[in-house]
Amino acid sequence: MNYNWNWGIFFQPNPMGTGTYLDMLLSGLALTLKTAALAWVIALITGSIVGVMRTLPSKGANWFGFAYVEFFRNMPLLVQLFLWFFVLPELLPKAAGLWLKQLPNAPFWTAAIGVGLFMSARVAVQLQAGIGSLPRGQRMAATALGLTTVQGYRYVLLPMAFRIILPPLTSEFLNTIKNTAVAITIGLLELTGQARSMQEFSFQVFEAFTAATILYLLVNAVVVTAMRFLERWVAIPGYITGK
Amino acid sequence: MLGNFDFDVIRRALPYLFYEGMTFTLTLTALAALGGLVFGTALALMRLSGLKLLGRIAGLYVDFMRSLPLVLVIFWFYFLVPYIGQWLTGASRPISVGAFASSLITFIMFEAAYFSEIMRAGIQSISRGQPAAASALGLTYAQTMRYVVLPQAFRNMLPVLITQTIVLFQDTSLVYVLSITDFLGAASKVAQRDGRLVEMYLFAAIVYFTISCIASFGVRRLQSRIAIIR
Amino acid sequence: MIEISHVDKWYSPTFQVLTDCTTSVAKGEVVVVCGPSGSGKSTLIKCVNALEPFQKGDISIDGIKVNDTKTNLSKLRSRVGMVFQHFELFPHLKIIDNLCLAQEKVLGRAHDKAVTKGMALLERVGLKEHAQKFPAQLSGGQQQRVAIARALAMDPIAMLFDEPTSALDPEMISEVLDVMVDLAREGMTMMVVTHEMGFARKVANRVIFMDRGEIVEDAPKDDFFGKPRSDRAQKFLSKILSH
Repeated sequence: MNYNWNWGIFFQPNPMGTGTYLDMLLSGLALTLKTAALAWVIALITGSIVGVMRTLPSKGANWFGFAYVEFFRNMPLLVQLFLWFFVLPELLPKAAGLWLKQLPNAPFWTAAIGVGLFMSARVAVQLQAGIGSLPRGQRMAATALGLTTVQGYRYVLLPMAFRIILPPLTSEFLNTIKNTAVAITIGLLELTGQARSMQEFSFQVFEAFTAATILYLLVNAVVVTAMRFLERWVAIPGYITGK
Repeated sequence: MLGNFDFDVIRRALPYLFYEGMTFTLTLTALAALGGLVFGTALALMRLSGLKLLGRIAGLYVDFMRSLPLVLVIFWFYFLVPYIGQWLTGASRPISVGAFASSLITFIMFEAAYFSEIMRAGIQSISRGQPAAASALGLTYAQTMRYVVLPQAFRNMLPVLITQTIVLFQDTSLVYVLSITDFLGAASKVAQRDGRLVEMYLFAAIVYFTISCIASFGVRRLQSRIAIIR
Repeated sequence: MIEISHVDKWYSPTFQVLTDCTTSVAKGEVVVVCGPSGSGKSTLIKCVNALEPFQKGDISIDGIKVNDTKTNLSKLRSRVGMVFQHFELFPHLKIIDNLCLAQEKVLGRAHDKAVTKGMALLERVGLKEHAQKFPAQLSGGQQQRVAIARALAMDPIAMLFDEPTSALDPEMISEVLDVMVDLAREGMTMMVVTHEMGFARKVANRVIFMDRGEIVEDAPKDDFFGKPRSDRAQKFLSKILSH
């Protein structure tokens, strides 16, 4: 393979004047984590609301939840980002559209909200499955004790459902981190984006992508380990999950 | 605003969008699904083979692929494949393989990791009592797999495999980062040329949505049918 | 105390589960409901505290109509204890917290008052030393005794039992029945769906026999066991008493 390896490239200054190439990648990593964190908060909150709606004894709520999930699940994430980024400002009243377009950090906000809503549909599906996997009698027992629907969800159904879906939620969180890379298409300089620009400036393709790959693997390992601890932390004595 | 929404832009672009773009997208989806299925089956068999080393290699590959963003993998293969081609053919310089071949290899390698996990889960979802009952009846290992385990496992995983293919269909839009003319790429090119982003992206969204919706509706039908059989 | 008059319930015009059910449970009375599986007895008892809706007829508890949209169902249910076939303890809560949850959230009792009450009831069902354990760490019989204590913690005016022993291993049935017999002897108003005819003989005032959604027989205990009037009840009795 006649390729000029140059692993020292990471310690050479980058052309942006922001330190070395390594600094460039690390700032990309920081942006990836920041975007993913905000997206995950959005996904968890809206996903939980929609997931609960899908399990309520109300036809209207069920239907809304169903439509919401189908809407966000049946379009490529990339297309959704384009809709938020390019199309939405044009469809709004002129002033609002202009304000949106001139928003500083527009790619960041678009990515966080876009990825967040995209992932919220998947969180909703997981939560619905989690609630659905609880014995029907649990809801009845809560009702029979006089708990209201809200109290039943708050104190009985959700604490168990979230424990049950913790492992799939871990993968969805990892997916959220990975999906922020799609925002490279709207100009977000997250980790993949920084690796790409390092490759364009330095022509050291494989060094740049190797570094990004290692960083993604590291993030994965950290998240997986942290979630293992969380799973053990919330485990219920004597209760075998996944039965 | 919608007041000056130009349907004609879409109408004029239709042949280009579908003959060029959608053909690329669907061909890529179909071939990648097929290749991913073959390679994914191999990976799943490696992991279930009981041979430690083989299982470890397959496991590492699957975990590795599943840890990376697809966009990064697309870039990787785009730059790596020419060098691998050079190495394989002994050519004097990296060979150019073209956008289609490069993305096809990417998606096969990437999807195989996901397909193999679905298959592994499908086979493992069969309760241990089933093979036990089959051998108690005197069936051989091969007969047990052929008549008892695999038919049930296949039923469990078929809907999931199709769902994953729908995800693959949507994911192929990411070849946009290589400026390839898939369906979204075609829409984007028209959008830029005519300055009609709203029309073209909305139209692309509706097309992706419709196709995925119909396909996932089909999966649900299939699932309920399988559920009745059980 | 509990008045059930002309109750009809159907899932579709061709699928009737309850037909013209009329009976009552007076204050301090113990009524046992029996019948073959699918006879509608569990459905009937769940209609009493409106866990299952019904289409025709009336049910009232202590003069309050359960099928009136103006009735505060949560409040009504909190005054009627219910024990389920599968216990339905809340797996993520300690035994004592299972007893306190509804006391605090529904009745608004202070935490220390709820704990005192809960501990007293646990002592009564012989499980005081298990207060800090989780449900999955207890045997089925113990869990069902906790479930009875949980219902009693609400100071109910009546108790509903929906096949309380049919999910238990045979050796655990008597520990649960003992608690129920004590309760009956103390004058608790009870409606009990069960196949335990020994229990019925011991403490029931009346026995109701249901088949195909209808109340076929509703007689004082001695009449019922002495000489059931209907063929169906006779057949049923000979089947469950024959071994």
